[in-house]
Amino acid sequence: MRTRLVRLLALALFAATGACTSAAPAPATLVHVTARRFEYEPARIVLKRSQPVVLELVSLDCHHGFDAPELGLRADILPGAPARLCFVPERAGTFAFHCDVFCGEGHEDMTGEIVVEP
Amino acid sequence: MKDFSAFDRRQFLQLAGIGGGVVFASALARGGASPGTSARGFGDGQAPPVAPADDFFFLQLSDTHWGYSGAANPEADSTLKRAVATINALPVQPDFIVFTGDLTHTTDDGDLRRKRMSEFKAIVGELKTKNVKFLPGEHDASLDKGKAYTENFGETHYAFEHKGLHFVVLDNVSDPAGAVGDEQIAWLKSDLGKLDAHTPLVVLAHRPLFDLYPQWDWATRDGAKVVEVLQTRKDVSVFYGHIHQEHHDTTGSVLHHSARSLVFPLPAPGSVPKKAPVAWDPEHPGKGLGWRRIQPKSDDAGKRIAEVDYAKG
Repeated sequence: MRTRLVRLLALALFAATGACTSAAPAPATLVHVTARRFEYEPARIVLKRSQPVVLELVSLDCHHGFDAPELGLRADILPGAPARLCFVPERAGTFAFHCDVFCGEGHEDMTGEIVVEP
Repeated sequence: MKDFSAFDRRQFLQLAGIGGGVVFASALARGGASPGTSARGFGDGQAPPVAPADDFFFLQLSDTHWGYSGAANPEADSTLKRAVATINALPVQPDFIVFTGDLTHTTDDGDLRRKRMSEFKAIVGELKTKNVKFLPGEHDASLDKGKAYTENFGETHYAFEHKGLHFVVLDNVSDPAGAVGDEQIAWLKSDLGKLDAHTPLVVLAHRPLFDLYPQWDWATRDGAKVVEVLQTRKDVSVFYGHIHQEHHDTTGSVLHHSARSLVFPLPAPGSVPKKAPVAWDPEHPGKGLGWRRIQPKSDDAGKRIAEVDYAKG
C-alpha cells in the first residue's frame, strides 16, 4: 500500500512539473524529437495513457520552442542543449504542439500533435 | 468642438463607395459580446472627473506584411498603396495613424529586410497625416531582435500623450519567444506611476497580451504580468494586431481589441484544425481586410470604434 502511494505521488510530481528529475518513475517511454526550421520529427507522437514519458527534444539548427498548451508542456530547444520533458498523459485524445519561438517564414507551419491512446 | 459623429457617418459612407463598407462596432462589453450589443465604449465607461480634451480620431492599421508574395493575396504589392490612397481621400484626416506591427514580411536576408522596411516607409510616407506611429511585429523584429527595425523606425517601446490620453507602445516581439521582459515591465510600471489616476490609458502592441488562443501562439509569454500592471488603472484599452481579424475581449478591467490585417485574414481562433490564411476570394478581392478608426472622446459610445472594410466589393 505504502509503495503504491509513493509511486502515485511520484507520478503526480512527474506529471505536474514536466521537468525530469532523478525521482522520475521508471520505466518511462523515451521519445526523441528533433526540431529544425520548420518541422518536428516526428510530427506525430503516439503515446499510451498513464504510461510515463520522457520527450527528448533536440534542435538541429536554431532556437526553437515546444509548446503543447493543453498538456501544460513547454520547453526551449537550444542547439547543443537537448531539453527533456517528463510527464504522464492522463487523458486520451489528440493534443497539438507548436514552436513558440519565432524562427522564420515557415514558423507558422512548425506544428505537430501528440496522440494519447486509451 | 467638431461634430465628428455626424461628419463621420457621411465620411464612412463615402469610404464604402470607394473601397467597401464600414462596420460600426462597439462590441466592447466585458466577455467579448457581439458588435452593437453594448453601449460600453472605448474605456471602462468610468468618466474621468476632468474636462474632456478635444474630440479626435486616429486610425489603427496592422499586419501589412510588405514583401509578402503568395496565393493568400495576389495583390499584395498594391494593397497597402490602395489603403494609403483611400485614407488620403478622407475629407478630414486622422490626428495620427498607428501601425501595430508586422509592417514587413519576414525574411532571413537582413539586406532584404531593410529594403522592405525602406519601401514600406516610402509608401506610408505618402500619407497626408504625418503623425504616424509604429511598433514591431515578429516578422519585423524577431529574427534580429529588433536591429533592423530600430534602425528604420526608432525605439520599439515608448509612450506619448495626445489630447488628454496617455499612450503606451509595448514591444512583445523583439524577444523571439514573444515576451515583453522584466526590464520593459519595470519601465511600464514607472511610466504609469507618473500618471494622474484618471488619465485614460491606451496600450498599443502587436501580440495579444492575454491568452487568446495559445494553441496558435496567440498570446504573450509574460502577458499576465503586463496585464497585472495595467489592472491597477481604471480605464485601459489595448489595441493590437497579429491575429489578422477583429476580436474583442476583456481581462478584468482591461479591454483588448485586435484589428484586421492588410494582407490576408486568418481564421477565427480554433475554428479550423490548422491555422492558415483564409483563401483569397477572386469574387471579393480583399475580403476580410481592413483597418480601424478610433474616436476616444466621442459622446456616442456606439461609434467609438469603427471597422473599415478594405474590400473593393
